[in-house]
Amino acid sequence: MAVEHYWAPTSLSDALEHLRGGDVTVLAGGTDLMPQTQAGRVSLERGLLNVRRVAELHRIERVDGAVRIGALCTITEIMRDPLVGEHFAMLADACDHFASDQLRNAATIGGNVCNASPAGDTLVPLLVLDAEAELASKPGARVERRRVPLADFFVGPGRTRRAPDELLCAIRLPLPPPGFVGRFFKFGTRPALDIAAISIGIGGVRDGRTLVQARVAYGAVAAVPLRARRTEAALEGAALDAATADGVAATARDEVRPIDDLRASAWYRKELVFNMTRRILHDVAEA
Amino acid sequence: MSLKREIGFLLNGVETHATVPVDLSALSMLRDLLGLTGTKYACGEGECGACTIVVDGVSTCSCLQFAVDCDGRTLTTIEGVAGDPLGAKIEQAFVDCGAVQCGFCTPGMVVQAKHFLETHPQPTRDEIKRGIEGNLCRCTGYVKIIDAIEAASRADR
Ligand SMILES: Cc1cc2nc3c(=O)[nH]c(=O)nc-3n(C[C@H](O)[C@H](O)[C@H](O)COP(=O)(O)OP(=O)(O)OC[C@H]3O[C@@H](n4cnc5c(N)ncnc54)[C@H](O)[C@@H]3O)c2cc1C
Ligand code: FES
Ligand code: FES
Repeated sequence: MAVEHYWAPTSLSDALEHLRGGDVTVLAGGTDLMPQTQAGRVSLERGLLNVRRVAELHRIERVDGAVRIGALCTITEIMRDPLVGEHFAMLADACDHFASDQLRNAATIGGNVCNASPAGDTLVPLLVLDAEAELASKPGARVERRRVPLADFFVGPGRTRRAPDELLCAIRLPLPPPGFVGRFFKFGTRPALDIAAISIGIGGVRDGRTLVQARVAYGAVAAVPLRARRTEAALEGAALDAATADGVAATARDEVRPIDDLRASAWYRKELVFNMTRRILHDVAEA
Repeated sequence: MSLKREIGFLLNGVETHATVPVDLSALSMLRDLLGLTGTKYACGEGECGACTIVVDGVSTCSCLQFAVDCDGRTLTTIEGVAGDPLGAKIEQAFVDCGAVQCGFCTPGMVVQAKHFLETHPQPTRDEIKRGIEGNLCRCTGYVKIIDAIEAASRADR
């Protein structure tokens, strides 16, 4: 379909009014949209809504008990942000493993979340950090907002629970409990410009020899970035020793549902999940 | 036919206007509409860095940037680099160190090096390697490019 309208509003309210009309493609950094449209995998809708000039979507701020990262913040901005560095080191770490400088400077966190690739680099740490997606729409006179836990947000590759008239405004991250330890690991074949063959995020609170409030997520091993509830249950409260690490890693290998593709076979991904989960748990035990 | 939009921006210090289809890339606008062919088209999908430009102070792949989104922004391309003291120093260092073979990656490398040195004035070699991780070179094996960026960072220090 040919594009008939282009808007670059500066206020959220205006942006949402354009979105309400339907048949609209949202444009942020364009690093997914440009290659997808050029290759013909995605066609632009009748309206193209460039949200990059909506300043209120471009802030990182403390709100009570949480940090709100605006959807337009770039990967570079998040990587360098002091609040993120202090409270969400594993997210900064994932940003550091993202593509290249040029890509990090353009790519936004909102685009990464809404593109909903099972391999999206920020998604695994966001799941471990119990992130929520903050969505806004304007069905009538007023802007309405709702929050969806990120663990429920992804439906399939490229598909989310965002309604067509909604804009992702921010990602909200609750401040982690005291004693929280988080680790992110991305496996690719080279350090730069590589989409993850698998990625792993593990977090929890150290309590003596055990990890409690354990949270585990995997990237590129299922149709959506996966919060691994069975693996979490196996890890919760267990002594962090070699036997636990083996057991938890085996549960994870069983829980993930990878496919064969050009980056890795399903078998290889499962073995990576097993070995790397074990390795990270050893690392967490030493922390 | 795609919808077109008239946009205005500062390009290498010059107020510039263009009428662009809304789905056009900034790279195509620069090369095909404005005739600035220093910025190279290679992969067209963000993997090689040959199309690197600076937009509002940060480097980006112009092949991924929507041209319409350049409206109101400040752009620097390789054509604007020589006029800047740091840019001129980098270009000279590339020549002195033999960091150019076929030269196809060079404009992107130089623009990225300039952006990198602006934020890392005294880099280590490892930092330089990370700084240019988004730029591919098929000829030089990178050593001389890293030498050149290092030399530029040392010049008149
Ligand atoms: C060469 C290359 C390397 C890459 N490497 C990586 C990598 O290492 N790791 C990784 O995770 N990704 C990678 N990507 C993918 C891409 O860069 C990221 O997904 C990026 O975060 C997308 O953000 P954007 O702002 O560019 O999104 P856009 O392309 O602007 O948008 C992406 C999608 O999200 C929608 N959207 C954007 N913002 C909103 C919003 N606020 N509300 C509602 N919908 C919205 C758009 O409509 C579109 O469908 C790479 C891409 C390329 C081309
Ligand atoms: S042409 Fe843009 S990155 Fe290769
Ligand atoms: S000099 Fe030929 S690609 Fe770098």
